[in-house]
Amino acid sequence: MTKNRPNYVSTTNACKLCKPLGACLAFKGIEGTVPFLHGSQGCATYMRRYIISHYNEPVDIASSSLSEKHAVYGGGPNLKTGLTNVTEKYRPRMIGIATTCLTETIGDDVSMYLDQYQKENRKNKEMPDFVNVSTPSYSGTHMEGFHEAVYQVVSQRAAGGSATRTINLLPGFVSSADYRWLMEVMADFGLDCTMLPDLSATMDGPALLEYEKVPTGGTPLAAIKAMGRSRATIEFGRTVADHESAGAVLAEKFEVGNYRLGLPIGIEETDRFFNLLCELSGRDIPEKYEGERGRLVDAYVDGHKYIFGKKAIVYGEEDLVVGISAFLAEIGIFPVLCASGGTSGRLGKSIVEVTGDILATQPEIHEGMDFFDIAEMAEALEPDLIVGHSKGYPLARKMNIPLIRVGFPIHDRVGGQRVLHLGYNGAQQLFDTITNAVIAQKQADSSVGYSYM
Amino acid sequence: MDIELLRNNFRKFDKLGLDMETTALKDREDQIHIKGETPLNIVCNKDSLAGAVSQRACVFCGSRVVLYPIADALHLVHGPIGCAVYTWDIRGALSSGAELHRLSFSTDLQEIDVIFGGEKKLRKALIELIDRHGPKAAFVYSTCIVGIIGDDLDAVCRTVEQEKGIPVIPVKSEGFKGNKRAGYQAACDAMARLIGTGDTSDISRFSLNILGDFNLAGEIWMIRDYYERMGIQVVANITGDGRVDDIRRAHGASLNVVQCSGSTMHLANMIEERYGVPSMRVSYFGIEDMSEALYDIARFFRKQFPDDPEAGAIMERTRELVREEVQALVPQLKKYRKALAGKKAAIYVGGSFKAFSLVKAFRLVDMRVVLVGSQTGTKEDYEELEAITDPGTIIVDDSNPLELTSFLKEKSVDVFVGGVKERPIAYKLGIGFCDHNHERKEALAGFAGMLNFAREVYSSVMSPVWRFVPRK
Ligand code: SF4
Ligand code: SF4
Repeated sequence: MTKNRPNYVSTTNACKLCKPLGACLAFKGIEGTVPFLHGSQGCATYMRRYIISHYNEPVDIASSSLSEKHAVYGGGPNLKTGLTNVTEKYRPRMIGIATTCLTETIGDDVSMYLDQYQKENRKNKEMPDFVNVSTPSYSGTHMEGFHEAVYQVVSQRAAGGSATRTINLLPGFVSSADYRWLMEVMADFGLDCTMLPDLSATMDGPALLEYEKVPTGGTPLAAIKAMGRSRATIEFGRTVADHESAGAVLAEKFEVGNYRLGLPIGIEETDRFFNLLCELSGRDIPEKYEGERGRLVDAYVDGHKYIFGKKAIVYGEEDLVVGISAFLAEIGIFPVLCASGGTSGRLGKSIVEVTGDILATQPEIHEGMDFFDIAEMAEALEPDLIVGHSKGYPLARKMNIPLIRVGFPIHDRVGGQRVLHLGYNGAQQLFDTITNAVIAQKQADSSVGYSYM
Repeated sequence: MDIELLRNNFRKFDKLGLDMETTALKDREDQIHIKGETPLNIVCNKDSLAGAVSQRACVFCGSRVVLYPIADALHLVHGPIGCAVYTWDIRGALSSGAELHRLSFSTDLQEIDVIFGGEKKLRKALIELIDRHGPKAAFVYSTCIVGIIGDDLDAVCRTVEQEKGIPVIPVKSEGFKGNKRAGYQAACDAMARLIGTGDTSDISRFSLNILGDFNLAGEIWMIRDYYERMGIQVVANITGDGRVDDIRRAHGASLNVVQCSGSTMHLANMIEERYGVPSMRVSYFGIEDMSEALYDIARFFRKQFPDDPEAGAIMERTRELVREEVQALVPQLKKYRKALAGKKAAIYVGGSFKAFSLVKAFRLVDMRVVLVGSQTGTKEDYEELEAITDPGTIIVDDSNPLELTSFLKEKSVDVFVGGVKERPIAYKLGIGFCDHNHERKEALAGFAGMLNFAREVYSSVMSPVWRFVPRK
């Protein structure tokens, strides 16, 4: 699996983002929450711009705006002033604080500052809740940041008590359309559900008459508090480490059973998810989804020849790569290279788990990759298409093959937040997009110009 | 760009017999002298307030903006991955050849480097990348944590420079050391190390450097073309479509023409101090400022070399050029001007110099500017803004999303000009938007740029989609 992997000291065109960005995204999916970066101003501004370019939604991320002298004397005072200012201006229900490389390196103790701050402001009735997460980017990617934020939210805010019938759903980082779809599925199974986070409305909202300082939507804080009383947790992510698994915390602290699944991308992984839902709800798969699945199988059959034996490069966040690889394998496309900038140590194993019984040979699977590495390997692999976010476009352009845009960020198309990846319908959309891209490429490359393919 | 020049400029249009400009002039003569209602007392160039969602960036960002378009240099970001990856090919700075600047190089510091220092990794990364790409020079940017862990960037750069025989220049851009302005300065300091090291023997006395244009959407090519048509040699582009070897001999030019003065004026001053090359501030945005820039330069050479007949010829060719360009442009602008008359615009951009030009450009299409602000203006900049805007216009420094939305609503703005971070605010409130920052892909400088700008504004303001957005 590691035979051809390039090994360079420098990083060129990274295939990962930094940790606090993931934490901010997770916080954006919680009711009334404003993300707050403890560090210098630049990081927050960069991340805002990066996120905005994908979602086309306002993304306010506050910062403690440390300057040089704060870096020397500690960022506590700035953090506190910042929290007060955000509270006054935004009236948030909660402030989610993530550290940055700077404050981690100078060793600021945010938990301690927060304790002090809360004590100092005990009489203030307008005080929001707080949650804080340590996110130094020099260990881990935005996905670790995302998971750790969810983990901390659960650790710091969930409580026990009398059991409820609710199911906790921890989908990880998916598109707004995906979050919306998940809530619909849970409702269709008659399951009461707390999904954390929920970026369906906060990052894909309607045009407004009145600007909302903090967008409507997100996981209700009361529901988060009740997560320790739920019946079970479903957590997506085969590569998520146990120490950053919020599901594991709930199991440990409150004995809420945790079901770990892969992202439900493609038929096989979606079947696993639906089987679990049948079990938990005691119901059969609703007819609506039987129909979706049936039509999807029909579409697979109709289109299979166009794509059989094609070779794809897949890159991005590890769990997305696992899901997409599973999906590609089941439609007859060979993922010649599965790459991620992440380094969970579990990417290879997870891909084998979901493709092992279909693929005769194993793909090249590599963690810690950047786009220079990917491009270097791509030459020999002769891929027919690339599946990943926008940053693979230069490679696709150079190789003159289609790029199927999935995941985050999608900076060169509209509607990144509306790409549906999950479930039978998500697979349907991916399948149509991929098959049509392959056909279009054939059409474009042909000297005849067929209009009947 | 004082008011007197502006007037002269309009007189010139008068002489050209372009009635549209004459009208524009009359409008403005009334307005130019009207000051704001209260005395201007704007506080600016301060650190951003903790907890405010500032639109400002960091020192590193400022340095990147300025140096990044040097296309045959290696730009290595020494730090954790974020700082590098968020700046990967996000700007529209084009190159006519080498495209090294479009790659994002990072040392991607890990925990172990933070503990034991990142110098070794930096050195290895530098050598690896120089060997791989054969750049003409390397810039090494330091980020916040490098400032904390205390890596000796100078030392590493010095040894690699010796080993590889190309300039390897540290850029002192630790993010927390100030705002974007400090980053501009750090970038200028870095470039100053290149200037004065190249051969200047074949440079004409009628020559200049272009400073502060970053060749967004090919703008510098347009500007260079104007200068060449005037008969002036362009020595170095600083930095749009920039080349290391050109910058090394920039001191051989007779004049530094500085646009977007916030970013490169510092460099122009250094060149003047060291090599006695004078500089001139211009703006390439809008018909008036563009023409004025070209005339100013022609006048400069006439004054500098009064006995050289070529100086007079340059002035002649400049007149010809402006006449041609304006005559071609004005009829095309009419349609937009008619449609946009009376609509309201808000401006929030990085540098205040850009804001000046935008205010005038909006006037040219008969629109009203009701809000204008910038991230990094100085007191003098705001005084000037105050002088050129209508009474009642809101002038802001380092604004934030909440403030901006309240202004936009209060003034029922039709189009908002800003950067990517402002776009979703405008759209969420159902307000038109026009990109005017370093990420745009439309050329807005020069005469043709004015037309593009009008078209951009027009295509947002006139879209039928606004009828569907919630309105009171
Ligand atoms: S310093 Fe760290 S947190 Fe800030 S942008 Fe860079 S990698 Fe991200
Ligand atoms: S770490 Fe410093 S240099 Fe990097 S983006 Fe943040 S503020 Fe800028």
